[in-house]
Amino acid sequence: MKKLSARRRHPLAALVVLLFALAATGGLYAAFAPAENAQADSSAQSLAIDEGKRLFAVGCSSCHGLNGEGSSTGPSLVGVGSAAVDFQVGTGRMPAQQPGAQIPKKKNIYSQSDIDAMAAFVASLGPGPVTPTKDQYTSTETDAISKGGELFRTNCSQCHNFAGAGGALTQGKFAPSLENVDPKHIYEAMQTGPQNMPSFPDTTMPEKQKQEIVAFVRYQANEAPNPGGLSLGSLGPVTEGLFGWIFGLGALIAIAIWVAAHTTKAKKS
Amino acid sequence: MSDDKLPVAHDAAEGHGEAAVAENPFADPGLPPHEPRRTDIDERAAKRAERQVSLLFLVSMLATVGFIASYVSIDSDKIVYIFPLGHISALNFALGMTLGVALFCIGAGAVHWARTLMSDVELPAERHAIEADDETRADVIQQFKTGAAESGFGRRKMIRNTMIGSMALVPLSGVMLLRDLGPLPEKKLDRTDWNEATSDAPIRLVNMNTNEPMKPEDIVVGSLTFAKPGPSASRPAGLQESDEDFQEAIAKDALMLIRIQPNDIKDADSRDLGFEGVLAYSKICTHVGCPISLYEQQTHHALCPCHQSTFDLSDGARVIFGPAGHPLPQLKITTDASGYLVATGGFKHPVGPSFWERSE
Ligand code: FES
Repeated sequence: MKKLSARRRHPLAALVVLLFALAATGGLYAAFAPAENAQADSSAQSLAIDEGKRLFAVGCSSCHGLNGEGSSTGPSLVGVGSAAVDFQVGTGRMPAQQPGAQIPKKKNIYSQSDIDAMAAFVASLGPGPVTPTKDQYTSTETDAISKGGELFRTNCSQCHNFAGAGGALTQGKFAPSLENVDPKHIYEAMQTGPQNMPSFPDTTMPEKQKQEIVAFVRYQANEAPNPGGLSLGSLGPVTEGLFGWIFGLGALIAIAIWVAAHTTKAKKS
Repeated sequence: MSDDKLPVAHDAAEGHGEAAVAENPFADPGLPPHEPRRTDIDERAAKRAERQVSLLFLVSMLATVGFIASYVSIDSDKIVYIFPLGHISALNFALGMTLGVALFCIGAGAVHWARTLMSDVELPAERHAIEADDETRADVIQQFKTGAAESGFGRRKMIRNTMIGSMALVPLSGVMLLRDLGPLPEKKLDRTDWNEATSDAPIRLVNMNTNEPMKPEDIVVGSLTFAKPGPSASRPAGLQESDEDFQEAIAKDALMLIRIQPNDIKDADSRDLGFEGVLAYSKICTHVGCPISLYEQQTHHALCPCHQSTFDLSDGARVIFGPAGHPLPQLKITTDASGYLVATGGFKHPVGPSFWERSE
């Protein structure tokens, strides 16, 4: 102590005190600073957004702009929400192979975690429909299928056909078949209205009704019986007529030819 | 079959022979030699064929009995699993199978009968000119003239004229039958339930999914919603599926609600009829009245599945393709005091297909 007090008039004493003071404030700050905020910056969410931004820059930005603001070749993604990304990338529609009347479904090349990251990035651009969880698109009600059938016929069957087999639209566009579509993607399509499909937001079609529609579509694709045996694609009179003409009439003609060509002569041979 | 039952050797002379062919390559080669069938020469084979034919007919009878039995005994709701077909209606399967077998066996029996047992003799039928010889023709013309003279057809003008008149009128009865296609729609399509709305007693637009009235903010850009009329003086509960005339009413009242950014609406009148970009169009095609709602949210086109009429909903539902003759009627909408979407009057133009009395 004696030494210290002896040197308190040393020319560098002020500097030493200053250094001490700085170290103390820094340490105190580190100890008492609002810990959550400091935490948030390294949280999973922001990591995902960063990762998503990186993937976005590689796969999506050439059409949708570096920050998803859109360009002449791709719409702005502000406000489309994570559900839209999960649907478009998850079904392989995005990244699009080439622009055209309709972007077709193809093999998805991203892993679910990559998709989630891109979805997190796009969701951070503006609020929009959020990727649904499993219990959002799975109905537990027993009468979901019949209720869903009614809703489907009112809202969906005009484009997707009464059995969900899909149908033609204008100028090369079409409503795809709903067979083998992941329930999550059906739900997301209703939420977000991909491409030319109108959307059915919760305000006009509550979550529960979407669940019922999903239940109906799944039932229709997997278990619904075909009262007549062959469904022939459930496309109605066109396939049925074609089948009748080719297989029905074809078989009759073949039989007629066979009958006429095979005589019953008692030839030896 | 034993060889001894076959006829010895076929006699070339049975046809017209090869000698003739050698002399004149264009001569009539005649018929090939007749070859008997096994059943012609073997009585046992004939008996067997007979039994086979009867068996086929018998199977057909049994199948018909089976058809009737399945019709009365199988429950139409019953679904069974049958291997390559999957889950199918037991009744449909049984009816189709039995009827198919019954008809097939009759056909197969008839063919088998004709091939094995009916006469097998080749019969040439020679072709002749169709007209009769001169003598016959002269005779017929003579008879006709005599008949005409005797009937006094040429003299008795009254009979002739009335006969022509009666024959000319008969086809009209066929035309009369077309009346059954009626009755004419008269003014029925001019009025929908929306006509009851006035600015004092507006009718709310009710979401067909939820049965609830809607506010404009519920309808987001790019969405599609179907609506029906809410409570009105004559329907205090609004149009309900349990109403007796629901089908008839909804076939005229159905609306599709979309929302377009107001700047993207090309037709100023159409923009005024809507509310902040929310537009309410009739869902009934103006060609022959199919419900149309194949709405493409990016192009704003609505397509009719029946004959591909396409309407541009951003341009007052102008017809841009197809046979429809009029744009889709648009309903004027606004909001009431509590902010719900309402109609204050009916459609300006009749909904649905063109008809004679259409006012416009
Ligand atoms: S009914 Fe719509 S095009 Fe014919």
